[in-house]
Amino acid sequence: MSRPSFREELMRLEAIVRALEQEDLDLDRALALFEEGVARLKTARELLAQSELTVKRVLEASDGTLGTGGTDL
Amino acid sequence: MTLFERAPGDRALSVIEVTRRARQLIEGGFTRIWVRGEITGFKAYRSGHWYFTLRDRYAQARCVMWRSDNQGRPAPAEGTQVFVEAQPTVWEEKGELRLTVRQLIPTDAAGLWQLKLEAARAALERDGLLDPARKRPLPAFPSCLALVTSPDGAALEDILAVLRRRWPAIEVLLIPARVQGEGAEAELLQALACIGRLPQVELAIVGRGGGSREDLWVFNEERVARAVARVPVPVISAVGHETDVTLTDLVADYRAPTPSAAAEAAVPDRRAVAHQVDVLARRLAHALSRRAAVGRERLDRTADRLEVAIRSHLEARAHRLARLAAALDALSPLKVLERGYAVARDPSGAVLKRVAQFTPGKPFRLTVSDGDVAATAGRSP
Repeated sequence: MSRPSFREELMRLEAIVRALEQEDLDLDRALALFEEGVARLKTARELLAQSELTVKRVLEASDGTLGTGGTDL
Repeated sequence: MTLFERAPGDRALSVIEVTRRARQLIEGGFTRIWVRGEITGFKAYRSGHWYFTLRDRYAQARCVMWRSDNQGRPAPAEGTQVFVEAQPTVWEEKGELRLTVRQLIPTDAAGLWQLKLEAARAALERDGLLDPARKRPLPAFPSCLALVTSPDGAALEDILAVLRRRWPAIEVLLIPARVQGEGAEAELLQALACIGRLPQVELAIVGRGGGSREDLWVFNEERVARAVARVPVPVISAVGHETDVTLTDLVADYRAPTPSAAAEAAVPDRRAVAHQVDVLARRLAHALSRRAAVGRERLDRTADRLEVAIRSHLEARAHRLARLAAALDALSPLKVLERGYAVARDPSGAVLKRVAQFTPGKPFRLTVSDGDVAATAGRSP
């Protein structure tokens, strides 16, 4: 249910790139940032590659609680 | 106690008491209402007041419209279908139900729509719901969208098609509601209230496809507009086509001209975002290789410094060695002999250092800088 927030991924990625471009980091730190950047790129690209739209129908039960059901829409 | 519940023994009411109390009840029981009917028995008095009857197939009601309210209006023709805004009352003197008419609009002018719309719009404005400062920005990359529309309408398909093309990574929660006709208002109100109970929802679209003014009317209901204003996440409205602007549109955070446009506004285009991500990927790779180059250069510099340090260290050592060697050289006995000293040794080669070691008449050897000399010890003086 909980998806990575694309906005957060992208913002973090931009921060990483900026840090690598501008800051005089020691090599260990630079490599750690690079690895994190690569991981976030992967997540972002996976999200972009997702091609199936999820559509659920919200149903209100007789006791007033809300549920969601899959739909063929 | 109701008006007519009186025991036979109670004091009888006068007629005017009955009609007066009936008037009070009627006036208290209705706020101003809109009534639709056909004008019959129209009469404009010299005083300027209008008297007529409003009727439909089943009933009729006497009406009065005071001069102050009808001034400047053309008198309606007999048989005209009209909307009137009126306050029901009781005409005490005649004991008759009567509508005191404030507004009168022929239905073919469809003016009622306009009036009702203006009244609702004014109420929303008064409450600050049309203030542009209220409008919330739409999230850049929503991951969950609530969609309030008819499950059978064209709008749903239009919206889903755009979402599939632009940003299929979104989850759509369809909250079905009728969007026209009987029950539409209640269903829309309920659906809109649902949104706040779905915590994962970041954005909502409410709307329907094109239709007649009557079809779209529910989106002009003040209660629907207020329900839109209460939705805790930003709302995009999409009602009908470009030219249809409803109260819901005015209250929504973003008004889209069509359902497809609403979907376009709701999500980014993944091709554009993919490009943005590619640019970031290139910058990331470039930044690292640049960082690595800086590292390599620094390493080279370090190696240079190390070499210099080692070389100077070695040179210092060599210099010290030379100095020590010179000192050693200076301590060599041969150097002492060069300064004019001599070493005395007995025939076995042992060095003779004290007087007592010499025996008079016995031979010994003297070593000087360039060789040995045979010698004999004399008598002590």
